Amino acid sequence: MNRPAENIELTDLYLAGLAEQEHFIQGDEAAALGAIFAGCTFFGGYPITPASEIAEVMARELPNVGGYYVQFEDELASISAVIGAAWAGARAMTATSGPGFSLMQENIGYACMTETPCVIINVQRSGPSTGQATLPAQGDVMQARWGTHGDHEIIALAPSSAQEAFDLVIRCFNLAEEYRTPVILLMDGEIGHLRERVILPDPRTVEQTQRRKAREGEDVFGGAIVPPMTEFGDGGFVHVTGSTHKEDGLRDVQTQSVHDRLVRRLVAKIEQAREEIALVDVDSEEGAEVGVLAYGATARPAKGAVLRARSEGRSVSFCRPVTIWPFPISRIQEASRGLRQLLVPEMNLGQLAREVERFVDCEVVPLSKIGGVVHSSQEIHAAIVEATDSC
Amino acid sequence: MIYIDEEFCKGCRICSEFCPTGVLGVSTTLNSKGYYPPVVEQAYECHGCRLCELLCPEFAIFIVNEWLDEQAG
Amino acid sequence: MLKGLIDPEFFEAFTSGEADESQHLPVYGTRDPLLGLCPSEVEEESGPAHHRLLRYLRKEVLPTTFCVGCGGGTVLNTFAHAIDEMHIDPREIVCVTGIGCSSWIPSPYFLCDTLHTTHGRAIAFACGVKVMRPDMKVIIIAGDGDLAGIGGNHLIHAARRNLDLSVFLVNNFIYGMTGGQVSPTTPFGTRTTTTPYLNLEHPFKIADVVAAAGGSYVARWTTYHVFQLMESMQNAINKKGFSFVEIISQCPVSYGKMTGTSDPVTLLKQLRDASIHVDDTDGMSEEDLEGKFVVGKLVERQRAEFGDGLRQLISERRESISAELDRGLRQDTSALETGR
Repeated sequence: MNRPAENIELTDLYLAGLAEQEHFIQGDEAAALGAIFAGCTFFGGYPITPASEIAEVMARELPNVGGYYVQFEDELASISAVIGAAWAGARAMTATSGPGFSLMQENIGYACMTETPCVIINVQRSGPSTGQATLPAQGDVMQARWGTHGDHEIIALAPSSAQEAFDLVIRCFNLAEEYRTPVILLMDGEIGHLRERVILPDPRTVEQTQRRKAREGEDVFGGAIVPPMTEFGDGGFVHVTGSTHKEDGLRDVQTQSVHDRLVRRLVAKIEQAREEIALVDVDSEEGAEVGVLAYGATARPAKGAVLRARSEGRSVSFCRPVTIWPFPISRIQEASRGLRQLLVPEMNLGQLAREVERFVDCEVVPLSKIGGVVHSSQEIHAAIVEATDSC
Repeated sequence: MIYIDEEFCKGCRICSEFCPTGVLGVSTTLNSKGYYPPVVEQAYECHGCRLCELLCPEFAIFIVNEWLDEQAG
Repeated sequence: MLKGLIDPEFFEAFTSGEADESQHLPVYGTRDPLLGLCPSEVEEESGPAHHRLLRYLRKEVLPTTFCVGCGGGTVLNTFAHAIDEMHIDPREIVCVTGIGCSSWIPSPYFLCDTLHTTHGRAIAFACGVKVMRPDMKVIIIAGDGDLAGIGGNHLIHAARRNLDLSVFLVNNFIYGMTGGQVSPTTPFGTRTTTTPYLNLEHPFKIADVVAAAGGSYVARWTTYHVFQLMESMQNAINKKGFSFVEIISQCPVSYGKMTGTSDPVTLLKQLRDASIHVDDTDGMSEEDLEGKFVVGKLVERQRAEFGDGLRQLISERRESISAELDRGLRQDTSALETGR
């Protein structure tokens, strides 16, 4: 059997060769290379703008490192195969955009319920429906959180540069293994197609969280808040089901306490790790009364506007949540302390602004922009000027 | 040897109806779940073909053909 | 409750004509076939003795939840016999199922690694499993609504792709678990709960669809043809490539109640009587075959298997990278970057 783990030396040499080169690549390509460096061994995908480049790079690079690329008949099959592959031992990933992400929702719920580690990249485009297929948006923030039915918690990270796309995919794989859960890289079309210099690390320095395997007699679906896994072929006769199940994996869809215990644990395992998962880039200014909170592509013009305002002598704080879900509550509260107004530019009609509003004491002002055009630095700067003048 | 696990039986009568040699009949007493399991009525007619064993949806009837195995073996 | 009913001594006496036929009363079994103990001893040690194939089942969930006379139980039984005869270690099997009565055949009953997936997606999940674990037997058992309806696209594409999967589609012509709604295989003109007057749609002959889509082994049998079905399952499991067995099955409760009889025996007799072996259909027109089930092996062909292709590709790429590294010709690898 040709397991991709074989001959790691050759893989390392090959990746070291890649790392030595100069890379001026798109965010999509960087994310795909991130997956290769993270030890991804299975990619199931379906072409969709603006995420197709991820599939193309995976198809090109996975065979070089002993991994499997399969293009499926649709996104339903892609996410399904990714989950199947994960239970068969793979570090598995798929990539898509809004319409495909909508199709995947049922099985993202299945991955939550069955505690399957896997990574889903959503390169957001303008919706709803086919919308502006080639143009960027950030309209899937709430779909990432609540897209699948039923109570659940999800992890989603949003990169603001091609380099960060590379770095965060690696983190996504590690979080998926650590918490046995699907993890979403919530990229946007702007970052996906943004071409930048990306520096690849020495492959031997890339941290790869290993899957914790169950010992004989250990429960695979309970017992610990994040239970260990038994893969197919381990001889554990594991029973994986999206139905409500007991600690041993067998269905019990009638007992209230069984469902309660299961779903509360699935939520709690992410909830209790909120601080550990939280990545927030904070650039506060002492005494500032106005702040800007932005993520993904929007964070770039937002940061530019903040720096310009500061150069004009205005005191402005800046905060960029990299972890979108679970929402980094305490870090955002800390970053917004003392502010009177927090501006939240995003490429949707205020999806994350609403979440921010729940947790901060100051006034939250959404700066919404839709239609496939990223905020200009001038627009955000004008809003900062208006806010600082009125404060 | 025909074994009948009465408690697994749901009384569908497939075994008794499809037995090619009419070995099986239906019991007149209920099992604990309220079904009428099969009974062996003409044991000596059994050829050990195992059709009942394979048709049974409930793993409730099976054949152990010791005697024929011995003859064969 | 276990009774062993033919005493070998009596049998011998009977065949030699010395027995008193009125004396063939039940004789309690001499030994349990699984444990090699007398039932009395067995009951003391581990409860009553059971069917020898129970070792392939998750005993804690027995007896099954199937309705009286459900063909699903027969498929499970036949499947267990097939695996037993093939001497396959159940630790080398992954059963993948979807949603519906037929998906319950292996999950939870069959004791192996089991992936009980969302509705219609069993084959797609199985693709991921099989690509990663080519050494394991990946077997999909699900119903007509699951595999031919909501998952129909995965079915034809998996047949086209020719990954080494074995699919057993249990076709009972109805959505049974939800109470008897029309399915993609319900015959034209049939009454169901959602076609209360009649079904105006034409059904799939799903095995023919898979054969046309490129399946490497395609057969059709009914739950009456248990021995042929068992052999067909074994052939499907052994066949390298996408193999498919359509198992026409009776649903006494959800299908039977709308179509005249809930009696499993009558339904099974109908399946038997409507079946015609594919070898006997020479010269028969489509009209002659109306309402008949053409059983037997429909297709067997050799095509390159997808998983083998993937592994071949990987080993070629790895060899070429290894050779390149050896030659130290890696200075200019920008071709890799822009090779698209």
